[in-house]
Amino acid sequence: MGIEEKLPSGVLLTSVEKAAGWARARSVWPATFGLACCAIELFQTGGPKHDLARFGMERASNTPRQADLMIVAGRLSQKMAPVTRQIYDQMSDPKWVISMGVCASSGGMFNNYAIVQGCDHVIPVDIYLPGCPPRPEMLLDAILKLHDKIMNMKLGKDREREITELENARLSLRPLHVVVPEGTEP
Amino acid sequence: MTSSTPHSPAGASDAEAAEGRVYMVSGEDWDEIVAAANEAGDFESGERIVINMGPQHPSTHGVLRLVLTLEGETVVEVRPSIGYLHTGIEKNMEYRTWTQGVTFCTRMDYLMPIFNETAYCLAVERLLGIEDKVPERAQIIRVLMLELNRISSHLGGIAPMGLELGATTIYTQGARLRERTLDLLELITGLRMNHAYIRPGGVAQDLPPGALGGIRAFLDSAPELLRDLHTLIDANPIFIGRNKGVAYLDLASCMALGVTGPVLRSTGLPWDLRKSQPYCGYESYEFDVPVNDMCDAYGRYLIRMEEMGESLRIIRQCVERLAARGSPGPEKDPVMIKDAKIGWPAQLSLGPDGLGPSPEHIAHIMGQSMEALIHHFKLITEGFRVPAGQAYAAIESPRGELGAHVVSDGGTRPYRVHFRDPSFTHLQSVAAMCEGGQVADLIPAIASLDPVMGGVDR
Amino acid sequence: MSGPDGTPKAGSEETHGSQAPQGPVPAAGSGDASETDGNLPARLGEERLAEPVVRMGMFGVQDTPDTSGYGGLRVHRAPGIESPRPYGSYFDEVADELGSALEAAGIGFRDAIERVVADRGELTFHVRRERLPEVAAKFRDDPALRFELCTGVSGVHYLEDTGRELHAVYHLLSITHNRRVRLEVSAPDADPHIPTLVGVYPTNNWHERETWDFFGIIFDGHPALTRIQMPDDWKGHPQRKDYPLGGIPVEYRGAKIPAPDERRHYA
Repeated sequence: MGIEEKLPSGVLLTSVEKAAGWARARSVWPATFGLACCAIELFQTGGPKHDLARFGMERASNTPRQADLMIVAGRLSQKMAPVTRQIYDQMSDPKWVISMGVCASSGGMFNNYAIVQGCDHVIPVDIYLPGCPPRPEMLLDAILKLHDKIMNMKLGKDREREITELENARLSLRPLHVVVPEGTEP
Repeated sequence: MTSSTPHSPAGASDAEAAEGRVYMVSGEDWDEIVAAANEAGDFESGERIVINMGPQHPSTHGVLRLVLTLEGETVVEVRPSIGYLHTGIEKNMEYRTWTQGVTFCTRMDYLMPIFNETAYCLAVERLLGIEDKVPERAQIIRVLMLELNRISSHLGGIAPMGLELGATTIYTQGARLRERTLDLLELITGLRMNHAYIRPGGVAQDLPPGALGGIRAFLDSAPELLRDLHTLIDANPIFIGRNKGVAYLDLASCMALGVTGPVLRSTGLPWDLRKSQPYCGYESYEFDVPVNDMCDAYGRYLIRMEEMGESLRIIRQCVERLAARGSPGPEKDPVMIKDAKIGWPAQLSLGPDGLGPSPEHIAHIMGQSMEALIHHFKLITEGFRVPAGQAYAAIESPRGELGAHVVSDGGTRPYRVHFRDPSFTHLQSVAAMCEGGQVADLIPAIASLDPVMGGVDR
Repeated sequence: MSGPDGTPKAGSEETHGSQAPQGPVPAAGSGDASETDGNLPARLGEERLAEPVVRMGMFGVQDTPDTSGYGGLRVHRAPGIESPRPYGSYFDEVADELGSALEAAGIGFRDAIERVVADRGELTFHVRRERLPEVAAKFRDDPALRFELCTGVSGVHYLEDTGRELHAVYHLLSITHNRRVRLEVSAPDADPHIPTLVGVYPTNNWHERETWDFFGIIFDGHPALTRIQMPDDWKGHPQRKDYPLGGIPVEYRGAKIPAPDERRHYA
């Protein structure tokens, strides 16, 4: 119906964004950042039953310089927070973060002096994955959602526009409906 | 920079700096320069580098930081630095009831959650004075879960050990067998990890229907997988080369450093708390304690593999006992102590609106017995009271002696809980094992200790 | 619980601290012939009333308006309990052996050991802190004792126990004789010094560092008493009772639940 009809077979048409997104999503290299119990489920996800290798992710990059994805798996303690930030800074763009487990997402069951109440106090997070610990299937679901996000990421000027739009949307987000007594402010 | 001195071969310039003579090398043969400098007596202390390994590093079992002083490949000094996973679990437990404490302590050493729970529950039961009143079915189930967890814990140590040495197949094969144990744990407790299954007074719930069949299927398939692991690793020349003679720690050092578990048994001393100070009915099971006197990483690996085989033996005996008891139901064969002031009240069942107390139990407390209602209410809101005092219960965990020191002030919350974690004690011995050795030996050394940072830092 | 006038009944669960409970445990039961009335409930009650008050009110009720009467509850600190002989099982042997070993070294038993408690199948020696290294060395070296393994130090902070707030608890294990024993040392908050046992049991190195980190107990003679679990520049000692849990209020839809240490509790 368009230009595709007139091309010889064996030729694909796509956009640079889609091609780049497809390539990035198909070989995301996680940085080994297993902290606590969730790291064990991450370790099982790399095992034969729930296979991370089918996503091209079994090559975990121990050096953050070559890593794309930081899966913060486990509780982030106050002592570990600066290290986390440093590892995140050492990763090169484009990079994503999955905060795996409730401890990484919000402090989890440890609401105390020693645990940072959510790794998003320290690094920007793309996908939050609850669970204590999340099953490997849940982790794979989060990874697939992240792949979606990566594949649909825009490039260049469009990316900047996308970021501004997202930011504005978030800033104008109102909290969910809160029931308050008559006459008081929410 | 000054021009080449008589000491250094052509090309290397040197200068006097505050630290002494500093050589800047660009492109020459490193050996030549070092040899020449050594000859000239410039290096009194040799070439020393201080390297920071971790806390994010593949070859550490979690967030362990090692500050290494290296002289070439030789480790001159190794100082482990911990605390990167400190969670304040012990303090958190002081603000929860005794039963809720189980959900906290289970997340300490996350490879062996059942052991954490059992040590804590044994200490609480000793304080309550109900050690001999825990139902026998509960004790058999406890032993079953403990041994299952022992297998999954050893695999959780051996598989990453292979990965660190560069052998990914050990990792995948270990994960494969470990997945089967996790399936079983999920079948019985509902969770793959951090189960909160062992409670003071018994276990949370009886085995679901079909559990014994699942365990039997596992017992049929596991020995072969274990044998596969043996074939893969035991005689592998690279594995032996990297592990034999590495991380030597003899009996006197173990005693001085407080090391127990497989590391102690690799020195030739067959000390196992399951045999010497039995708990949960271990004295009635037939099993051997693997021991050898190699004192090195290879010996410890062999002991762990053997222990998994012994665990399978114990699980088989548990299954036989449970099968002999049948399933008479919670009235005749309870899994929680009958004392209404302590035992967790409800039998959970799956209803139309989800998981909750069984309809019979609700009928009992709402319609038949006011006392039962009061007990139910008090147990769920404030928990049971434990008489004042302190107790220390130690069990043989996959890593060594796991002790729980529990202090009560007579209330519904622990006054102080302290866990003597084996990984914490064993990490102290890293310096004794590795100083004077090669950098590359550090990795199998720590792997042979099998520390879990959750237990180290708590 | 307690009677209406605040005096604790025998077997009351309101005792606290490491001392053995009164009432149901034989430790406070039939005593020696020399003090025939020493362990009668009335006498114990007097001793108890002489101790300072550690807890007031129940269910969070501290004062009026309160018609339940629970606001008037006054719980006194439990006095230090000493177990009468015979302790049972291998405890007597250990105590006698320790006595003779200390005597051979010229240390009086009562100089070194404040009191001995045998409770719930465990033997506890409350050691005076100045004598701790010597007592520990005797435990390790004496052939009849031979407690080769020390499984670490555990700190406990009894905030209301003025004069002996900080306790350090050592658990010893004898592989030769298959026995366990516990040593307990106390130090006041004002002077939190306890001599180190690193020279006797090197395994205590990190354990003492951890106890310093969490409780502020200074182990004199420790080669490197620094923070181990908390960041190096952390202020305060987190597991003390006067250190807050440090949580933040949890936000739900339309509600904010306070942190765990600020919620209502019943104990």
